[in-house]
This record gives sequence, C-alpha cells and structure tokens, in this order.
Amino acid sequence: MHRPAKLLVALLSAAVLLATSACSPEQPAAENRTLKIVYQKTDSFTALDTLFKDAKKDFEAANQGTTVELQPIEANDDDYGTKLALALRSAETAPDVFYEDTFKVRSDVDAGYLLKLDSYLEKWDDWKIYNEAAKAAGTGDDGGIYAVPLGTDTRGIWYNKKVLQKAGIAVPWQPRTWDEILDAARKMKAADPSVIPFNMYAGKASGEGTVMQSFYELLYGTDSELYDQQEKKWVVGSQGFTDSLAFLKTLYDEKLAVTPAEALDANVWKKVFGEWLPQGKMGAVVEGSYSPSFWQKGGSYEWAGYGEDMGVAKFPTQHGQEPGGVSMSGGWTLAVGADSKNPDQAFQFLATALNKKNSLAFTVASSQIAVRSDVAAEPDYLAANPFVKDVSELVSVTHYRPATADYPRISAAVQVATEAVITGKFSPQEAAEQYDKTIRDQVGDAKVLQK
Amino acid sequence: MGARKSVRQQLRLLPVVPSVLLLLLFLAAPVVWSFHASFTNAALTGQNARNPAWTGVDNYARLLTDSAFPASVVLTVVFVVASAIVGQNLLGLLIAGLMTRARKPVSAVVGTVVVAAWVLPEIVAAFAAYAYFSKDGTLNQLLAGAGWAGADWLYAFPMVAVVLANIWRGTAFSMLVYRAALADVPQDISEAALMDGASGRQRLVFITLPLIRSSIATNLMLVTLQTLAVFTLIWVMTAGGPSNTSTTLPVLAYQEAFKFGDIGYGTAIASVLIVLGLVFGIAYVRLLKGDNR
Repeated sequence: MHRPAKLLVALLSAAVLLATSACSPEQPAAENRTLKIVYQKTDSFTALDTLFKDAKKDFEAANQGTTVELQPIEANDDDYGTKLALALRSAETAPDVFYEDTFKVRSDVDAGYLLKLDSYLEKWDDWKIYNEAAKAAGTGDDGGIYAVPLGTDTRGIWYNKKVLQKAGIAVPWQPRTWDEILDAARKMKAADPSVIPFNMYAGKASGEGTVMQSFYELLYGTDSELYDQQEKKWVVGSQGFTDSLAFLKTLYDEKLAVTPAEALDANVWKKVFGEWLPQGKMGAVVEGSYSPSFWQKGGSYEWAGYGEDMGVAKFPTQHGQEPGGVSMSGGWTLAVGADSKNPDQAFQFLATALNKKNSLAFTVASSQIAVRSDVAAEPDYLAANPFVKDVSELVSVTHYRPATADYPRISAAVQVATEAVITGKFSPQEAAEQYDKTIRDQVGDAKVLQK
Repeated sequence: MGARKSVRQQLRLLPVVPSVLLLLLFLAAPVVWSFHASFTNAALTGQNARNPAWTGVDNYARLLTDSAFPASVVLTVVFVVASAIVGQNLLGLLIAGLMTRARKPVSAVVGTVVVAAWVLPEIVAAFAAYAYFSKDGTLNQLLAGAGWAGADWLYAFPMVAVVLANIWRGTAFSMLVYRAALADVPQDISEAALMDGASGRQRLVFITLPLIRSSIATNLMLVTLQTLAVFTLIWVMTAGGPSNTSTTLPVLAYQEAFKFGDIGYGTAIASVLIVLGLVFGIAYVRLLKGDNR
C-alpha cells in the first residue's frame, strides 16, 4: 500500500506544480503587459525571425513596461497553419499578433479569429502607400481589412539558359502558347535525353505547390475558371480543366517533366532548387518569384552563377489569347488576434514590424515583391537580385486564389486529379469527372456551377 | 456498526480518487470529446470553428458515401493483419522459439539486433525506414551492388514497404513476450510427451501453444491495438500516398481533421477506428476466456 501512496503523492504534487506554473502568467501587473507573437521559422526561412527580433527591440524601447514574447513555430507551411489554427481556437492560447497566409484570411475571418483593423488603419499613415491589389489580400468577405500584407509573390517560368542554348533555343525565351512550351521541351529532350526539360508540379505531395506553381497557371490561361466570382460558385465540367490535365499528362507521359515517383515526393522542390537547376540537369520549372532567395548568399542552396545562368519568362496562355500570360500570387500577412487583451498595443507592434526599415529588410532577405511604394522605390530592393524587375512585371497578369473556407478541399481535389493523371490511373476526362463528383459531394450542389 | 464500517470502506477508497480522476481527465475525456465532436460540424477554421452545431449522424452518413473510406478500412485491416497478427506475432514467436535453442552469444546478439529497432523513437525509426526504402536508399544500393535494379518501393509498393517497416519495428515486443512465456513452460510436460513419442511439431501444437495461449492472446491484443494506431511511420514514409494507396484510418482521420480542417468528420473516422479496435479486442478476450473452460 505504501508505494502506490507515495507515487500518488508524487503525482499530485506534480499536478499541483504544473497547475501553478500554468497559472502564473495569467496575472500580469497593470503596466506589465505581454504581447504574444506567433510566426513561422524554418532552417531556410529565418528572415521573419530577424524581422520580429528587430521589431521587438524597437517596440520595447518605445513602450516601457510591455514585453514582446516571440513564439516561432518551426514547421512547414501546412503544419504551421494547423498549429496556428489550433492555438486560435481558444482565447487562452490565441496570439496577439501572428503571421497569416493570405489564403486563410477569409476563412479565419469567418471563424472570428481576426480583429477588424479598419479603425486602426485609418489613423496609420503608411497604409496609404500600400499597393491596392495587395490590400485586397487582407480583406474579409464583409469588405473590412483584417490583415496587413508583408509582401507578395508571383510565379513564372524559371529556365536555365545553358540547357536551352544547348538545344538550339534562343534566349531570352518567351513561349507564346502551350504548344511552344512542348516544342521547346521536346528539343531539349532530343539534345540531351538525361535532362528534365520542363517541370510542372503535380500530385498531393507538393500540396499548394501543385496548384499554385502548376495547375492554376494552366487553368487560368484557358477560357475556363475555377471559381465564378459573381455567382460565388465553384465551376465544374469546364473544357479548360480537362485541357489543363491533358497538358500535364503530355508532359509526364513524354518524360518531359520529372518521373511520377519523383513528383509524388514532398521533397522534390529541394532537388529542383538544390541540384537539377544549378547542375544544368533541368531546363525549366514553373516556380515563384522567391526562387532567388534559395540561391543568393546565405540561402539554402547558394549558387553564385544563378544571375547569369537563369532567366524568367511569363507563363503563356493556352493559345496565346489575351492577356498573353498567367501568374498566381499568394503571400503572407500579419494579423491581430480577435481575443487580444491589448489590441491597441498589438496593432502598434504590427505597425512597427511593418515600418519602412523592417519591411525593406524582410522584402530583400526573402525575395518578396514589395507591397509598399516606398520600399518598391528603394535602390536596395531593386538591386536585391537580378530578377526583381521581371517578376514584378508579372503582377499585371496575376491572379489570387478564391480563398473561401471551402478552398482547401477544392485545392486537394485538384491535386488528386493531377496525381491520377500523371500516374496513369485516370485519363484527363475521367479525372475531371472525378473532380466534379468530389466537389459536388464536398461543397454541395448549391455551391457548384455546371459549365 | 454497519454504517461505520461502510464509511471506513469508502474512506479507504479515498487515496485512489485522485488517480481515478486523473485517468478520467486524461484518458476518458479525450475519447468522450472525440465521440461528441463526431456528431458536430466542428472545424479548424471557417464559421463553425468556434460555434460548432450539432449535426447528428451526418458525419457518419458521409462516411458511407465517401469512396476513400472503405478503401481505407480495407488498408487498415490489411496493415494490421499483415504487419501485426502475421508479421510481428509469428516472427516474434519464431525468433523466441529459436532463441531458447540457440547458444547464448547467438541469442544475445539476435536479441540486441531485434530490440534495437524497438527502442528507437518512432520518428527516428520512420526516417530510418524511409531512408532504407526510398529510391536512392540503402535497399536499392545493396541491390545495385548485387547487380539488380531495384524498384521505387515507396511509390510502387507502398503497403509492402510500410508493412515490412512495421514488422521490423515491432517484432521485438512479441519476441520479448514469447521469450518470457516459453521460459515458463514446464520442461517436464514437454519431456513426458517426448517419452510418449510425440514429434517436435506435435509437442509445439499440443503442448507448448496451449500452455502459452494466454500470452498469445495478450500479445495479439497489444500489438493489434498498437498497430491500429500507427501514424508516424506511415506519415513519414508515404504520407498515405501515392493516390491514397497507403492511407490507413489514422492517416485519413488526420488529413480530414487537420489538412481540411474538418474536425467533426476527422473525429468520426477516429471513432470508427476505436470501434475497430473494440472488435479486435473482443475477439481476443474471447480467446483468453477460452482458457478457463
């Protein structure tokens, strides 16, 4: 009887200890306020960590008695989103200021997680110099602004000039139609069969990469669309959807892209940036404007020659129809938690983190496209890498995802369709039919528009 | 007198109360919460995130129309039968049986090798298995050394790869259980049977196995429940792919609850998993009870 009793006492005292330590931060003195900041940090993405450390220093110096508590989450995008969402579910754990993906803004506004910032932004002079398109990224369904963008990005074709030249393709290269891409890729394959001529991601493993850096470039360049903005409904049965899948099938069947097995490895992008492009084993890939951040000094895959060897082209529309190119944009924002006990201070911190000095440093370090006009005009920004001008021009043909609460399911269904096509499980027609059925099942017939 | 006695009896229970409360709080409460959530439209984000509504059996009705679900149940059963009931269990018994015959150094070395996989944290074991089966992994390098071209195992045979990995990781547990059980089998019965002219196989089937039946049942129960819940190993090796061909119920539940933010539906899948565990559990309890007849 003795030993279990001792154990029990030990357990109980442990529980009491835990309880007291959990309670202690609950009673801050009146002046001793704490702001909790949650954001993402990975071994190849530390720019944000630097930004917040600088902002913390500035802010604490200007606001005596307020402590800024930085809580970086070390995880990939998906896992970061999950952890943040779990923290936001309860007012006890919700952060005051956090790093929020633009495509989650609307559904998190629906959930009541984000504080409406309109009244604060009115009084914040810097807000006037933000790019209008970027402002839209932080807008909720009610038209209010709930998040302030840190930067944005675009997507285009990144090609290795040496590989193209070896195949007799003149650089700078700018394909006008999908067929011109296939022609060039076939030439590269013929010139050197060991080369991966033109990669576009596919399958579930690459997650949002599959849709943002591949499928949407195709679909938004056809005459069809994913989501009808007026009707607020998801489009099914469109010709463009099947055509886009058929294009991917051609790429993969003719071995113009990576093998299906490689495409279904979640780490394929690391090989693209770290091995294939620098070593001249890949002709081109559809990737984001942030690509130079991997190659520049201090990046994960330093490559001194990328400025000379690489080129950027616009992704063409299907038959070269207007506007002649397609790009997708995403990007991240900062938001204030709806349950923040010190919303005024939280917004002030957000404003400090996004002031000109901090924004400039972050935009340059992470190869973002500037959303503040004063940052965009800075020589440091324009000289950050040789491609700033090219990728910034893509803003004119860019699209944003229809980021409603249903969006993650739609995106997943698209990823499944691409995977079924490149693995040969379904024909493009069958995969499109399967997609239509999945969408109807998951969002309901009322939110679907048959084309 | 009687009243005082019962009060004393109840007081005697007092020291147990905190531990029972802790058990209820940390073990029973999450299960109850999960069951409750499976009848709501609770979500990670969107309108239902903070104020989930009661939706009755909607989530379970959706399971019946979801084509991914039956496939996932089949894969889960295949995974459990192949890697736990057949793989870990039989291999564990075989190794334990051989070890009782082997010389001491041999059995020590074998024991260490087998247990090594088991003491690794699950995430480390999962990465080791990934490194072994992946396209440029150890297995293919060994095969290339022998002049054979390997396949891309995780892509071409994902279930085979995760089943083998789980056998590798979990066999040690069965081996330890059976070593202890075999050590308890009285030598004299076996020797008496030998005197009666029973062959080795007959002694195994009619003497040893019946004697260790309760160990078999206990072991089956434990490895089955453990294997039903395996998530990290599969998530790291294949993430349920390609095209859901290795998506067992825990992986499916995780995808629905956290990737799509549909906690209600995810917990419904988790509840099915609990029921599946109960079915296996009841079968083994029956096997155990058979002992007393």
